[in-house]
Amino acid sequence: MKSSSILLTCLAGAIAILPLCAQQVEGKASNQAPPAQSTQTSPSGDSGRGERVFKQNCSRCHDAPQGFSPRISGTIVRHMRIRASLSESDERAILHFLNP
Amino acid sequence: MASMGSAAQDDQSQNVPLISGGVGFVTSTNGGNTTYIPVISPLLAAPVGSHILVESRAIILDPFSPNGGGKPGYSGDLFLGLNYLQADFLASRHVTVVAGEFLTPFATYNERLSPIWIGNFQDEPLIASVGTMETGSSVGGMLRGSAFATDHVSADYAVYFSAVSTNQQFTAERASGGRGSLYFPTARFEVGASYGRQLQNVHENFEGFHVWWEPSNTALRLRSEFSKGAHAGGYWVEADYRLSRFKNGESFVGRFEPVFRMQQTFRSRPDSNDGLPGANTQQADFGLDYRLPHEVRINTSYSREFSSTGNRNIWQTGIVYRFLFPTWRGK
Repeated sequence: MKSSSILLTCLAGAIAILPLCAQQVEGKASNQAPPAQSTQTSPSGDSGRGERVFKQNCSRCHDAPQGFSPRISGTIVRHMRIRASLSESDERAILHFLNP
Repeated sequence: MASMGSAAQDDQSQNVPLISGGVGFVTSTNGGNTTYIPVISPLLAAPVGSHILVESRAIILDPFSPNGGGKPGYSGDLFLGLNYLQADFLASRHVTVVAGEFLTPFATYNERLSPIWIGNFQDEPLIASVGTMETGSSVGGMLRGSAFATDHVSADYAVYFSAVSTNQQFTAERASGGRGSLYFPTARFEVGASYGRQLQNVHENFEGFHVWWEPSNTALRLRSEFSKGAHAGGYWVEADYRLSRFKNGESFVGRFEPVFRMQQTFRSRPDSNDGLPGANTQQADFGLDYRLPHEVRINTSYSREFSSTGNRNIWQTGIVYRFLFPTWRGK
């Protein structure tokens, strides 16, 4: 068990410094090539808020679906409101973002 | 009442019922024994009017493995189960009433990460059964919702009561409990606590605590849970980093996602039914996921488990396709 304890200690240390590495890499990356999202037209108003709310809530667990019928956008958002306990205003913002 | 309910009521044409879910094929080599697992997990969500949603998720597994003892061929067992079947009523902007069979709201894994198209690892955490009353599902009623939400902080809650149910598809224990969380969206930091009490046979308490953090402007995600029951407890900490930040998310490199999870369980009293290892266990999981186009993801992982009952390696690979479409064609 001694070797396992050493291994686990090293891994815990690696986890602790990961955020610092990530911040530095991100800083460099943002100077070289902007993220894919920022190449799109700059969002504004409700759509911009919806995108922000989506990133701050839904994207924490999963990516946005890659294309879907606008006829189910209301169902998706209602499902997410309940699953993620979103507020009513956040629900409206995400719906506007998914189906502007 | 006019201001209550779903925003989707603004346009009923957006409220067509949907079928979503995941279909995949997983291999797992645990201590030298390999199991192959075809799996499909469909999800149905159907709005009724402007305040009700009926939703259900099922799972169909057919794990099979080579026959031992030099016998040729494979053997396996088909498993069909409902994860949940619930009706949700949006009673107000702060309260949603849930009735039926629902995922037990304890900590975060059960409700958020258990779908096969979401979880980074094929295997659930070792402590997944703590506080979720063994089956992960409850039968009864639940109140949940957003207590308040601003641009800087939001609070959500879920409280439930479950009756005992021995129906094959709706197995549940008599229990009650709940969860509360505070989320700071600007910092992308969440902290929450859970409580559960089993109300049949031996009455037991379960406590849970979770912390999630996704540092702003990075592709790093840190998630963790600590749960404790009467007989055992433990924690898991998971970190994943999407390489989309090195190049864009559509590039070959940007589709990779290294994942690491550290787990530990502590056994205070023996209990063969609580789902946790029989002895204190430490496990390190190393994963590498790859996101193909068209909602296909490849998951691979290697785990090393350390326990007084013996150390072992666990190798897993899997491919999962996530689907999402309306239940019927429209104009």
